[in-house]
Amino acid sequence: MTHLSDDDLVLLFYREGDGLQEADAHAASCAGCRERFEKLTMALRTVESEPVPERGESYGAEVWARLQPRLAAERPRPRWWESIAAAMTWSRLAMGGAVAALLVAAFLAGRSSVQPAPPGAPRQAEAPSDAARERVLLAAVGSHLDRSRVVLTEIAHRNGGGAADISSEQATASDLLAANRLYRQTAVRNGDAAVAAVLEDLERLLVEITSSPSVASHDDLARWREQIDAKGLLFKVTVMGSRVRDRQQGAAASGPATKAST
Amino acid sequence: MEASDLAVVARVKAGDHDAFRHLVERHSRSVFRLAYRLTGQEQDAEDVVQETFLRAFREIRRFEARSSFATWLYRIGVNCAHDLLRQRPRAGSRPSLDDPALRVADSLADPAASADPLRGLASRRIDACVRSAMGELTDQERSAFVMRHFEGLSIEEIGRVLDLKTSAAKHSVFRAVQKLRRALEPVAELSR
Repeated sequence: MTHLSDDDLVLLFYREGDGLQEADAHAASCAGCRERFEKLTMALRTVESEPVPERGESYGAEVWARLQPRLAAERPRPRWWESIAAAMTWSRLAMGGAVAALLVAAFLAGRSSVQPAPPGAPRQAEAPSDAARERVLLAAVGSHLDRSRVVLTEIAHRNGGGAADISSEQATASDLLAANRLYRQTAVRNGDAAVAAVLEDLERLLVEITSSPSVASHDDLARWREQIDAKGLLFKVTVMGSRVRDRQQGAAASGPATKAST
Repeated sequence: MEASDLAVVARVKAGDHDAFRHLVERHSRSVFRLAYRLTGQEQDAEDVVQETFLRAFREIRRFEARSSFATWLYRIGVNCAHDLLRQRPRAGSRPSLDDPALRVADSLADPAASADPLRGLASRRIDACVRSAMGELTDQERSAFVMRHFEGLSIEEIGRVLDLKTSAAKHSVFRAVQKLRRALEPVAELSR
């Protein structure tokens, strides 16, 4: 073997690279290379003479204490549907009848993409991926807003001049109420005042519709229309729904959730 | 059992921002060591540690586990240190051997060296030489060398941290070692 180059000596010192055995063997038999290696070792050991100031076991906690106020200021305020999505658990979502249907659909869709486990293999809990979870939650929130928009539109366009049968809208409103309350509370907790205000106006109207007789009076209908117009409620719910749909499309474009097979 | 870095990162990404504390507590000391070796100043190293974790928190959604969390954090730490060094005059962070302050310091015997003044003097000259030699390296060479020599990262990992091809990372280590060898061989005998 030819003599070791300077670079070979560096790799030998750090025990890295191919041909270490040959380099070892050569250094053992070649006095010149061995001397160069020893000089290099001595020089590099000299670098270690400069000490690093000690940091004790509690250093991490001290860094955290200094960092925490800055991190609190840094925390990005989540978009409102992210706040809601983050607060949702599968069991809480399953409380709503319409959402439960969605979850069942999503679950079945997910199941159908999974290969059946071989007989005797242990069954593992299937947790949805973050992406799948986000898509289902966005679908749930989007569906809630779409159905709310339909109820508001129906009520706003009841212009018959007298009493009207609203039993269909009433059933939908009753269905939406529990989920709407949950979303509003989440928005309040996360400091999303604007979203909370829209959901609060919506909730107030849903409560009124739900508790009214199935044939609503002309005065009730007129009052609800006024509430919808004065607060721009239909417009706001439509805009919120549109944003969620945009987000849904973004989530879908990022690809289907992969299911782990192990 | 402690949760793995990846498990903690997943919690932070899911909105549990307080879980970031575990990552800070786990990696602060190694980031400090790296920062000190790169900047040569204790206060600068502290600033780099703070800035590193702040940037890591901001960017954690982009961490995709293609490398370990520690490697990703090192990358941020190295960038923070480079940014800081660019903002400060080089001579201020690492003294030259001709620094008058060092000559005065050499002439004063410190208590630790009082038992053997010659050895104390030699020790201070060696420290000054090391600091000066490290100061002569480029930021990239110093980073590559510190990670290889002190932190034990492989050349491939260094490439990932510095965003270099493995061959370029290897040559950064080679250049750093050769510069240090030339600067330190004359004083290495003193350290024996």
